[in-house]
Amino acid sequence: MGIIKAVKLAFDYLKYDEDGNVQETQRAVDGVDIDIKEGQFVAILGHNGSGKSTFAKHINALLLPSDGTIWIDGINTSEEPELWKVRQKAGMVFQNPDNQIIGTVVEEDVGFGPENMGVPTEDIWKRVNESLEKTGMTAYRHHSPNKLSGGQKQRVAIAGVMAMRPKCIVLDEPTAMLDPNGRKEVLAAVHQLNKQENVTVVLITHYMEEVIDADHVIVMDGGHVVMEGTPREIFSQVETLKKYRLDVPQVTLLAHELKQSGVDIPDGILTTEELVNALCQ
Amino acid sequence: MSIELKNVTYTYSPGTSYQIHALKDINLEIPDGQFIGVIGHTGSGKSTLIQHFNALIQPTSGTVSYNGEDVWAEKYDRRKLRSEVGLVFQYPEHQLFESDVLSDVCFGPMNQGMTREQAEEEARKALHHVGFKEENFDKSPFELSGGQKKRVAIAGVLAMNPKILILDEPTAGLDPKGRDEILDQIAELHKVRGITIVLVSHSMEDVAKYAERLIVVNHGQIAFDDTPKKVFAHYKEMEPMGLAAPQITYIMHALKEKGLNVDPSDTTVEEAKQDILNALRKMNSPLLKGGAQND
Repeated sequence: MGIIKAVKLAFDYLKYDEDGNVQETQRAVDGVDIDIKEGQFVAILGHNGSGKSTFAKHINALLLPSDGTIWIDGINTSEEPELWKVRQKAGMVFQNPDNQIIGTVVEEDVGFGPENMGVPTEDIWKRVNESLEKTGMTAYRHHSPNKLSGGQKQRVAIAGVMAMRPKCIVLDEPTAMLDPNGRKEVLAAVHQLNKQENVTVVLITHYMEEVIDADHVIVMDGGHVVMEGTPREIFSQVETLKKYRLDVPQVTLLAHELKQSGVDIPDGILTTEELVNALCQ
Repeated sequence: MSIELKNVTYTYSPGTSYQIHALKDINLEIPDGQFIGVIGHTGSGKSTLIQHFNALIQPTSGTVSYNGEDVWAEKYDRRKLRSEVGLVFQYPEHQLFESDVLSDVCFGPMNQGMTREQAEEEARKALHHVGFKEENFDKSPFELSGGQKKRVAIAGVLAMNPKILILDEPTAGLDPKGRDEILDQIAELHKVRGITIVLVSHSMEDVAKYAERLIVVNHGQIAFDDTPKKVFAHYKEMEPMGLAAPQITYIMHALKEKGLNVDPSDTTVEEAKQDILNALRKMNSPLLKGGAQND
């Protein structure tokens, strides 16, 4: 079993009337089977409302399944009375950095998680040092978070999650609000954690270029998993992706359009280098 | 008809140790009918800049004028200014508060003094313009998806019939299709209603595709102000500013370097495609003859 395993996972959002009776149910995740191996870098794509964030919230037990089962490192979240155990295994980073930073000084913010877990003070400092190091934020440890750039704030948020030493980190559109440099910084930090610390990464994003280095891509639509494969397998299917309201990186789109116009180049080109090599031989 | 900034400087917390010069000596004119993109890294001053356009912020020094009148003059009607220069904030969905969509969009025009009937007429037109379906007019704004909320918020500003529409990252967090739809609708408003558009964005691809003029803000100053093509020609200078060119620009530069005769200033997929096809045809490339000759 992988570190994240879901079998026939389903989740209903319920709407109540004024008397507290269920008025409407809306199935946001519907029969999802997913198996993610430890150390994998997995990207989830899907349009707004496709169910990807709802699924992601099951990974750290912010939501519990209405039907089906999800195991996080072997723990069935529906049967675990102490959900904080799940949350220590899987940390989560959200879209808006300003909503998840609470400390007045960077190092205090990073130490909040382990302090909350009851880690002894010395260990907290050790963890804070390590986490800041891993995210490249050591130089800012005494700064006030609100004076940082968006990319730096997100790296502080990631350091805060890392200080809890999770096996898995789930990032729900962590770069949606960042400028190009901030996006690069955050992506680089996440890839480094994945490679060096063997942390399993689940990245949800609307930026197709951020997906090309993932090990595995999952596409969701209407609460279902509709496509799965390597970035190259997924991005070779330009028309199918468009049907799901998605896109491909600009370079892939350009290559696809050139091919449609009769240029003999391979499918699923993902990088500038690949396109240049295909065109200038 | 235009907004004009002359020697505008804005300082946060002046006279304290937290003093920050957010804008330094900005000179800028926004004439009628342009589609302008504004880019800059987080903290560059672009949000401070656009809030000067409808007098939400008073410059520390310098003047802001609208149609030749100083908007900070004593008797100037800034309320009227704000209904002519509409601003949609970064989280438009946080601007929603009414119990149903139609009432929410009516709020602005009713505040301008319209009756409910007049306001509803404007609201319906505005919602139609942003592609919001009639069947959802009675829904609570809080039941809507992110993309729909953004549409309602934009309609709320549009219903006041602004002459200038400023949007601060209206598409952050939207899926690619939703992003294209909203930007296409904004472009349509520009074309059909002739509204001046100021679009703040972190997507170089989007400003390259839609804007006719691109303003780059860096450290509270204007680093570049030109057509997107000309601005992105400076992509190497833009990288230290936390910015970049669209991916296409990098591809075209790389192709040019490898000897393919293309125009490195291309910024959109469509331009690049035509350009590459032409270059391949001219050199009679074997890639165009299909299959066999692959080396």
